[in-house]
Amino acid sequence: MKQFWKSMLKSPSGVIGLVILLVAVSVAAFGPMLFPNSPWRMVQRPFLPPFTLSTVPLGTDALGRDIFAGMIFGARVSLLVGLVSTLVALIVGVPIGAMAGYFGGKVDDALMRFTEFFQTIPSFALAIVLVAILQPSIYSIVASIAVVSWPPVARLVRGEVLSLRTREYVQAAVVTGQSNSWIILREILPNALSPVIVLASLMVATAILLESSLSFLGLGDPNLISWGYMVGAGRTVIRQAWWITVFPGIAILISVLGLNLIGEGLNDALNPRLSREGR
Amino acid sequence: MPKRVLLGLFLACGLSAPALAQEPKTGGVINAVIQPEPPGLMLAMVQNGPVQMVSGNIFEGLLRYSPKLEPLPELAESWSVSEDAKTYTFKLKKGVTWHDGKPFTAADVLFSIEMLKQTHARARTNLAQVDKIETPDEHTVVFTLKQPFGPFLGIFEVGSMPMVPKHLYDGTDWKTNPYNNAPIGTGPFMFKEWQKGSFIRLVKNPNYHEKGKPYLDEVYWQIIPDAAARSVAYETGKVDVLPGGSVENFDVPRLSKLKDTCVTGAGWEFFSPLAWLWLNNRHGPLADKRVRQAIMYAIDRDFAKDVIWNGLGKVATGPSASTIKYYTDDVKKYPYDPAKAKALLKEAGYKGEKIRLLPLAYGETWQRWGEAVKQNLQDVGMTIETIATDVAGGNQKISEWDYDIAFTYLYQYGDPALGVGRNYISSNIAKGQVFNNVEGYSNPEIDKLFAEGAVATPDSKRKEIYEKAQKILVEDVPVAWMLELQFPTIMRCKVKNLITTGIGVNDGFKDAWLDK
Repeated sequence: MKQFWKSMLKSPSGVIGLVILLVAVSVAAFGPMLFPNSPWRMVQRPFLPPFTLSTVPLGTDALGRDIFAGMIFGARVSLLVGLVSTLVALIVGVPIGAMAGYFGGKVDDALMRFTEFFQTIPSFALAIVLVAILQPSIYSIVASIAVVSWPPVARLVRGEVLSLRTREYVQAAVVTGQSNSWIILREILPNALSPVIVLASLMVATAILLESSLSFLGLGDPNLISWGYMVGAGRTVIRQAWWITVFPGIAILISVLGLNLIGEGLNDALNPRLSREGR
Repeated sequence: MPKRVLLGLFLACGLSAPALAQEPKTGGVINAVIQPEPPGLMLAMVQNGPVQMVSGNIFEGLLRYSPKLEPLPELAESWSVSEDAKTYTFKLKKGVTWHDGKPFTAADVLFSIEMLKQTHARARTNLAQVDKIETPDEHTVVFTLKQPFGPFLGIFEVGSMPMVPKHLYDGTDWKTNPYNNAPIGTGPFMFKEWQKGSFIRLVKNPNYHEKGKPYLDEVYWQIIPDAAARSVAYETGKVDVLPGGSVENFDVPRLSKLKDTCVTGAGWEFFSPLAWLWLNNRHGPLADKRVRQAIMYAIDRDFAKDVIWNGLGKVATGPSASTIKYYTDDVKKYPYDPAKAKALLKEAGYKGEKIRLLPLAYGETWQRWGEAVKQNLQDVGMTIETIATDVAGGNQKISEWDYDIAFTYLYQYGDPALGVGRNYISSNIAKGQVFNNVEGYSNPEIDKLFAEGAVATPDSKRKEIYEKAQKILVEDVPVAWMLELQFPTIMRCKVKNLITTGIGVNDGFKDAWLDK
């Protein structure tokens, strides 16, 4: 563990990513306590440019709502959706991949055809259809993002398990009569974890983008403000009021960038094939 | 690509049309926006807003209406009313022909009415008081009413009673008649082609019954699905006319400032669209009158007008728009007063029960309005959950009474008997329809007043009845009236005489001409 943090902190991208994520998480966690005003409240005159009033530092939108407040509350929704949907995708994808890789044969065939069935449908289109059918709400959004993002996890885990199950220590476990579930959970998965963690950090970024895209198209939860919603709502007035779209857009950009950097840092830290000393 | 070349050619023709000395000038092509694309053009079968806007050029009614809603001749050149106000005699204009050359006669009128009674819900209601219709000769139609019906002369507008060619529809299956796709009317313009998703092209009717009209050679209705793209199309000169509601409100001030651009709010007097919130009177907190009144006090309607509608329109005072006959503002007033709203909610014992809000999925403006109203209501302590939905889904929820608060706007057709009463009388509570009394308000006194008002004579009596009804309704708040909407028409100043009647662009380009 110590070794991991050491190499993680050695990679500059990992450090920058961690800092960004830390800031975003603390904004999401504590921001609403510092700015208790609802981001939906009309507080000032509409279309107030940024940096004119200290009470609304980033200006107001078409209804006179505080953009700064929107950004803070939006962080909560974006990060929450990103993390929860990734978690759900892992919960679905890891067991399927592990079973397919470990048991092989017909089980593998069946599970992989099932996975491919999801992979053949363009993921964003599927997400739109799912949200539209289920009616937009935070639950349907999380569910649909999870549904479109688990197949790569399953495939990755399957590949790892396929190679690990031929290792001698796994065969030793088989010989000693360990149960299948014990072998998968205690012997194989811990060793397959590194690439999954890297993938997961990138999936959070993708999920944030997906949520933003859905909200942009008006398929967000109408009761929750999110960055994507702010961009979408401001899009039509971009010629009169650039700030309504630009600030939440920057927020999306930075947080997605941060997560990608973390992914890169994790990859550097966890990948045994990369020589740690030589870089 | 070929389409663009074609358009360019037509535009060029329009510009090079010979400049005549006298006014108005003939020739030219107008490009207008139609939003959204109409589901069809057969006005007798479908009556959505965009349908009428296009086919109001193709079809005609017996009468038109001035901005003050006085009847004007169209297919009927004169009319008279008997002493007892029960017999209306219309003299039809002679020499009127359908676009295919066949003459228009009283038989067509008779047939159209029979057809509309089956295909046009509002026409059926409007004609309920008609006892019999006779056609003594080819150019006379006599309506005999069961009892005097005050607003009778107000039901002959083209959208309410379009004339249909009997020789093409009689004895056929109306729904599958091939002429639904290429409608034949008596109007100033003839249907030429419809490129789905792109444009509808109408050409001048050379045999139009008003000599010299129409002045334009062609009218193109451009179909552009995105609001921002519609604004751009006007800025770049692709279109010359933006009818009301075709661009977002915040674009109106910017477009109005463009060079050679004229803006008018006229042309909606007959429809007088009134926006309100359906309040489901049947159950939950909204069944209590005090909660409904609290909603009226809680909502900042001036804010909605000034910010969301960019100052267009007027705050509504009650069930009738101020342009409707017998309107009175001598009713209970509901200014923006959150404190009073809170007090009323407390008095009614409201304890934060969840209330569902259904916005209208008609674009940005309505979405923002939904958000503002939600915030207003939350500010006085109500728990509001917005339900996201599309137009069809919203219509279904409302018609199935599966909502608590829902946005809508309806046309009022000039007279309370035609466009107001339908939303409040208890006989109009019928599941499965969107525009009747979906709030479930039931008050025998109101039923009685609207029943009497429709047939009372003289006018002063009707006035008295309807003013009383307005007072009762405003006190009871069956629905929360928001704004009298105004849909500004934006056009190039070279387009003259576009809006001459109380239904404006919906009445066609018959009088319009191009200066240049």
